[in-house]
Amino acid sequence: MAVKTVINAAGRRVPLEINGQKVIPFRGVGKHLPDGRKYSPPIPSCINYPVDGNKVVRTLEEALRKCGLKNGMTISTHHHLRDGDLISNRIFEIASSMGVRDLVWFPSASFPCNNPVMKYLEDGTINRIEGSMNGPLGRFVSEGRMKGTAVLRSHGGRVQAIQDGEVKIDIAVVVAPSADPFGNAKGTGGKSACGVLGYAKADSMYASKVIVVTDNLVDMPCFPMEIEGNYVDYVVVADKIGLPEKIVSGTTEITKSPDRILIARLTASFLEKSGILKDGVTMQAGAGGTSLAIAVFVHEILKKKGWKSKFGFGGSTKYMVKMLEEGQMGYILDAQAFDLDAVMSVEKNPNHVPYSVFNAYNFHSKGNLTSLMDIMILGATEVDLDFNGNVVTHSDGYLLHGIGGWQNCLHARNVILPLPLFRDRIPVIVDHVTTLCGPGELIDVIITERGIAINPLRKDLIKSVRGSGLPLRSISDLKQEAESICGKPQKPEFEDRIVAAIKWVDGTVIDVVRKIKT
Amino acid sequence: MGKMIASAGNSGPKVRSDCEVTVQLRSRGGITIDLTSKVKALYGESIQNLCREVFSFFRIKHAAITINDSGALPFVIAARIEAAIKKLKETENEYLPGMLRVNTYSTERERFRFSRLYLPGNNPALMINAGLHSADGIILDLEDSVAPDRKNEARILVRNALRQVDFLGAERMVRINQGDMGIEDLRSVIPHNPNLILIPKCETPEQVLRVDAMTGTLKKQLNIKKQIFLMPIIETALGVENSYNIARASGNIVAMAIGLEDLTADMGIARTAGGKESLYARTRLVMAAKAAGVQPIDSVFSDVADLEGLRQNVLNSKALGFEGMGCIHPRQIAVINEGYAPDDQETEKSKKIVIAYEEALKQGLGVVALGSKMIDTPVVARAQKIISLAVKLGRVQADWRNEFLTDKK
Repeated sequence: MAVKTVINAAGRRVPLEINGQKVIPFRGVGKHLPDGRKYSPPIPSCINYPVDGNKVVRTLEEALRKCGLKNGMTISTHHHLRDGDLISNRIFEIASSMGVRDLVWFPSASFPCNNPVMKYLEDGTINRIEGSMNGPLGRFVSEGRMKGTAVLRSHGGRVQAIQDGEVKIDIAVVVAPSADPFGNAKGTGGKSACGVLGYAKADSMYASKVIVVTDNLVDMPCFPMEIEGNYVDYVVVADKIGLPEKIVSGTTEITKSPDRILIARLTASFLEKSGILKDGVTMQAGAGGTSLAIAVFVHEILKKKGWKSKFGFGGSTKYMVKMLEEGQMGYILDAQAFDLDAVMSVEKNPNHVPYSVFNAYNFHSKGNLTSLMDIMILGATEVDLDFNGNVVTHSDGYLLHGIGGWQNCLHARNVILPLPLFRDRIPVIVDHVTTLCGPGELIDVIITERGIAINPLRKDLIKSVRGSGLPLRSISDLKQEAESICGKPQKPEFEDRIVAAIKWVDGTVIDVVRKIKT
Repeated sequence: MGKMIASAGNSGPKVRSDCEVTVQLRSRGGITIDLTSKVKALYGESIQNLCREVFSFFRIKHAAITINDSGALPFVIAARIEAAIKKLKETENEYLPGMLRVNTYSTERERFRFSRLYLPGNNPALMINAGLHSADGIILDLEDSVAPDRKNEARILVRNALRQVDFLGAERMVRINQGDMGIEDLRSVIPHNPNLILIPKCETPEQVLRVDAMTGTLKKQLNIKKQIFLMPIIETALGVENSYNIARASGNIVAMAIGLEDLTADMGIARTAGGKESLYARTRLVMAAKAAGVQPIDSVFSDVADLEGLRQNVLNSKALGFEGMGCIHPRQIAVINEGYAPDDQETEKSKKIVIAYEEALKQGLGVVALGSKMIDTPVVARAQKIISLAVKLGRVQADWRNEFLTDKK
């Protein structure tokens, strides 16, 4: 039976039900404000846990069995070990060997190292992934090969879904670079340090059962504890939880592409001339090559002017650490450390503070860190003439990326997208984004190597750079230029079947991805 | 029977914005296209249509075509197909993509030529955004950066680029090959509005004259009125010794460059960062160029990572009298432009000249004098250029006259 669909407030056709659960279509930015109470996990009693505080069991399999692993359960993992994660795949290998079926995998993100789970999607161990799907996993989903429907959420949306009870985690597996037998855990120390564990915090608090897996068991107390032992059921000691060289890129490097450097320079110049960059500024930039170059140029401006950023929000990199150490940034609040310099800085610098996405990004909370940010540098695969953004699919219709914190970050004061006008002939500005991930009313500036387009809604910004000599263009003008160079692309074709749903930060469905016609 | 199968273009994991086309002529079966492309979902149809159009243009009815595409733009795809066809079929015809209206601009003798960016003639990826980096000129190179067996396909690609890539006001230069091959290059590029031709390894005035004559003949045939300037490059000991005569061989020469990699090789010595070994050659070339009234242009700086070294090199070069330098990477452009730009002393002098000229005009005087010195018209033109450049670089305010005149009072 076909599921009923409606047109949501963004003009996209979405279903009223996904994976058998009722969902709410997107109602507009800031429109869905549910009442009711947060979800709560079962009440445990300490009497059921070892009095000596030693929760160590011998193997991950034993821990999973003790947690009552069975068909249809939701298993959560975090992605702080990034492409070096050795444990997530192992969970499903164990489940498969136990004959468990129809699990829901709920990662905070997936990486190429997780591609082997495709085997367990194919053999029925996993019904679906609710989380980001990169590269081959995305392709797998787009081709309609996953049994259930994928659900993509932002980092903040994931926390919101956990807190609001949209996703009930049966077992959270928290891989931790250091932990004690009681289950207190942190992201530093040991041989697999990743810096911080912010993405796992909500999982640990709301899951029915929590397993901590570490390769660095320390004496109680493991301090400072990001994950608190009072939430933890079992502790597993593994030989090796991750491949250090893939957990953090030893070093993040600014782009070498002259075109990207040009975009970065233009962005820094825009920030300076518009007055957005000022003493006391707050900012966030990612770890992409262009963002890093922008960070370097912004640092130069701060130095030149004798200004200091009040705080920066991580993903941190060595470039942000440099600002902190040289005195151009007061604090780094950090949800994840991208490179070795950042990991070391978290360990030694008291002004480099772990800060969970729970506090930073959750829309259903008493304040959002992102709305305090003056400068937000983000990417996109596509933007359209209404400034709507897409980050999950490419123009060919394939699902290839997760949302990450992107949607949450749109709530910053100035959202700036430095983008190449076209990538290998593929224009970035389109009539309508293939998949809508962020409404245009939240996206302020598009900066390309061939000009800057400011959202007409931001009259203040337009005024601030009048007469500045910056190459200001309308977005349709930029689109036309790209098409005159590349040609107008044809549209990919889709079948009716919905293979993935895109959630907005409040849990409503903003768009869906359909199966690619092959 | 002739050759039946041929390829042109490039493919591979590191190749971007290019394609490799393989054509197999057949006696039946029509045109079949096997397209592999990372943009197939978006441009598959348009690539196939373009391909059919080119084959129909060359009147080929039966062929099996394989295209391995990494996001090539239409002018590149068309060039690759044409090049493959021309390996199989003798034809004078050319499949010309439209000439962008913006690409018809002309140039002038007196313009600054601080930086000129070399673009390998068979590498389309570097051409597309080349104009964005504010070089005074871009050089589509058919000579050293193109392998001997790729000269024909590069010629077609460069021709199409001259028509289809907007270099955003940069002087459009082509470096041709030496000798007969260079003459062949001229036939391909002259019809498509190059502003300047670079002549490599010039040793005698006759070499320049040959290129000049061919350019003149083609211009006449095609009824081209726009100026096409020449820039000989001196890369041998003999060239250095003949440099004055080379520089004044034709009125179309506007600049003369030195190429130190080849020159030091010719002399059998090593090129050093300090450049002592080439000091004579460089000063000799500057003198010859200045004596002949053309701009002396310095050799490229090969370490693209060392921007500080480049900066020093540019300052030394400017002190010797050079007025520009080649670039092999866009990141060098800003350093070079800044280094050769007029310094404060020059701009102050230029201000005086411009004011003197404007006052002479006001008073209806036929001659311009600064103090007791007469000033020629080209000197005034140059001063005006220096001022407008200094304004563009933000070194002089747009309303400098007010300030200047107030200071004087």
